[in-house]
Amino acid sequence: MDDTETRLVIGIGNPDRGDDGAGIAAARLLAAAAIPGVRVMEHSGEAAGLIELWQTTPACVVYMIDALVSGAPSGTIKRFAAHLQPLPAGLSGGSTHLLGIAQAVELARVLECLPSQLIVFGIEGACFDFQSSLSETVAAAVQRVAAQVQSEVLEPEAAQ
Amino acid sequence: MKGNSAVQTKPRTLKVDLLARVEGEGALQVKVKGDTVTDVKFRIFEPPRLFEAFLRGRAYGEAPDITARICGICPVAYQMSAVHAIENAFGVKVDGAIRTLRRLLYCGEWIESHVLHAYMLHTPGFLGYPDAIQLARDYPDAVKRGLALKKVGNDIVNLLGGREIHPINVRVGGFYRVPTRREFEPLLERLKWARDAAMETTEWVGTLPFPSFEYDYEFVALHHPDEYPLCEGRLVSNKGLDIAIADYEQIFHEEHVAHSNALHSTMRQGGKYFVGPLARYNLNYEQLSPLAKQAAKAGGLGAFCANPFKSIIVRMVETVYACDHAIQIIENYQQPREAAVAVQPRAGTGYGCSEAPRGILYHRYRLDNTGTIQDARIVPPTSQNQKIIEDDLRRFVQSHLELNDADLTLQCEQVIRNYDPCISCATHFLKLDRERL
Repeated sequence: MDDTETRLVIGIGNPDRGDDGAGIAAARLLAAAAIPGVRVMEHSGEAAGLIELWQTTPACVVYMIDALVSGAPSGTIKRFAAHLQPLPAGLSGGSTHLLGIAQAVELARVLECLPSQLIVFGIEGACFDFQSSLSETVAAAVQRVAAQVQSEVLEPEAAQ
Repeated sequence: MKGNSAVQTKPRTLKVDLLARVEGEGALQVKVKGDTVTDVKFRIFEPPRLFEAFLRGRAYGEAPDITARICGICPVAYQMSAVHAIENAFGVKVDGAIRTLRRLLYCGEWIESHVLHAYMLHTPGFLGYPDAIQLARDYPDAVKRGLALKKVGNDIVNLLGGREIHPINVRVGGFYRVPTRREFEPLLERLKWARDAAMETTEWVGTLPFPSFEYDYEFVALHHPDEYPLCEGRLVSNKGLDIAIADYEQIFHEEHVAHSNALHSTMRQGGKYFVGPLARYNLNYEQLSPLAKQAAKAGGLGAFCANPFKSIIVRMVETVYACDHAIQIIENYQQPREAAVAVQPRAGTGYGCSEAPRGILYHRYRLDNTGTIQDARIVPPTSQNQKIIEDDLRRFVQSHLELNDADLTLQCEQVIRNYDPCISCATHFLKLDRERL
């Protein structure tokens, strides 16, 4: 990141697995918005890579967007201040990969390399089938999350 | 072990409904009556993925990309088995720098998979921690070392595969793009650090408390006379097996069992067999690099090991080997003029087998003259290990009945983790019985 970039947005997920691509879709909307001072990335959610990324951006406010499986209705949006408390285990819920981002956050907390502010948006997914597209409710939620992240990035005091 | 008590006489059931620190969804059930284990089930209930069905009617070029999605932890293994099988069908030979780059890509996957398993999944259980996060509270420097080491593996796959999960740069005949020598340079210094870190890790895991648990297994792995096996060789065992990959289905057989969504494998004229790092190590020790052999000695291993709990040491020895081999490849790298050899499809059947982090991964494809896949067969390592896992559970419980249920259950989970099972891979199969109404 360069010195002018004080916000990092990370879209997490697998675009080949239906609603697991929600975070990636949101990141792409935010990348297209080209907000000054904001770097947007796509990431698989793999823990070691995430932790290294946080280690190299300690002074930055980090937003992450990912699919969630919690039993809530599809398209439900939840916002977490992960620098203050643990994330629910259902994030990266459509994946059978180990060490989802909830565990990555806790590991980083124990190792003292968590960003000073880490805001995580979870979008409740419904279908994680191989090669399926985003569910309608999830696609609508992606738009709302992208708008909310953009708003928070532009007016951080209002988001507190 | 704590919790020793006299052998209980009333019936006992050890049950774990959802195994922790294994990839995918599986469960364990063991029944004991008196001093006899009466039933053992390693249950895989993750839904079948039907990838063999997805592949039918697809162009041969899609096979590496489709099969990579069977698993997020070992996609390179699927891609390598797929491309070798299709190249076998088409009579294509890949050699020289492209062949070597494939080995480098595989080294990256071995590093990331083995290190993840050793630090995050297996070690916590040996030291009495419920998970890696609790381990990190007491061993922060070790865990940081593990994460940094895994990242080096990720970066190899990212650079050469185009993406760290589900690589996109692999194709039949080679790659879509090969890196320049200059692009490899930053990785070289990190690999030298990683090689040292892997050696330290081998020494560390060599001190873990291992139960005494040895058995006369039939180990099966690829064997190559000139190199530690990754993508090529013959299939051999320590009990006389020595066959070409193309003869796999003459010897190995799959069957469906009621309690698992993954097919079980046996040898037609034998029975259960054991694949994975311990099998590779035992059948290919002489092919390890001198430094990897040094690591094995530092970890407390001889040239042969029959204790599956010590597979964690072998995984780290293989990580030392992978770092060492990757350094050698990069130091000698000359960028090939072409990223791939020419491929001309033809009708036929092709066979491939490569050594995934968890063991041999067999692919077979039947293609028509346009290179369209007519049918496919994929046998992952975890499917092949299911029977031996259940066998180990039976023998372990039988010899540790004095433990209370809680401690015995924890140990049984470690027995399963010895094999680093990849349950998502194991449930890919297609078995379709159609009933006409």
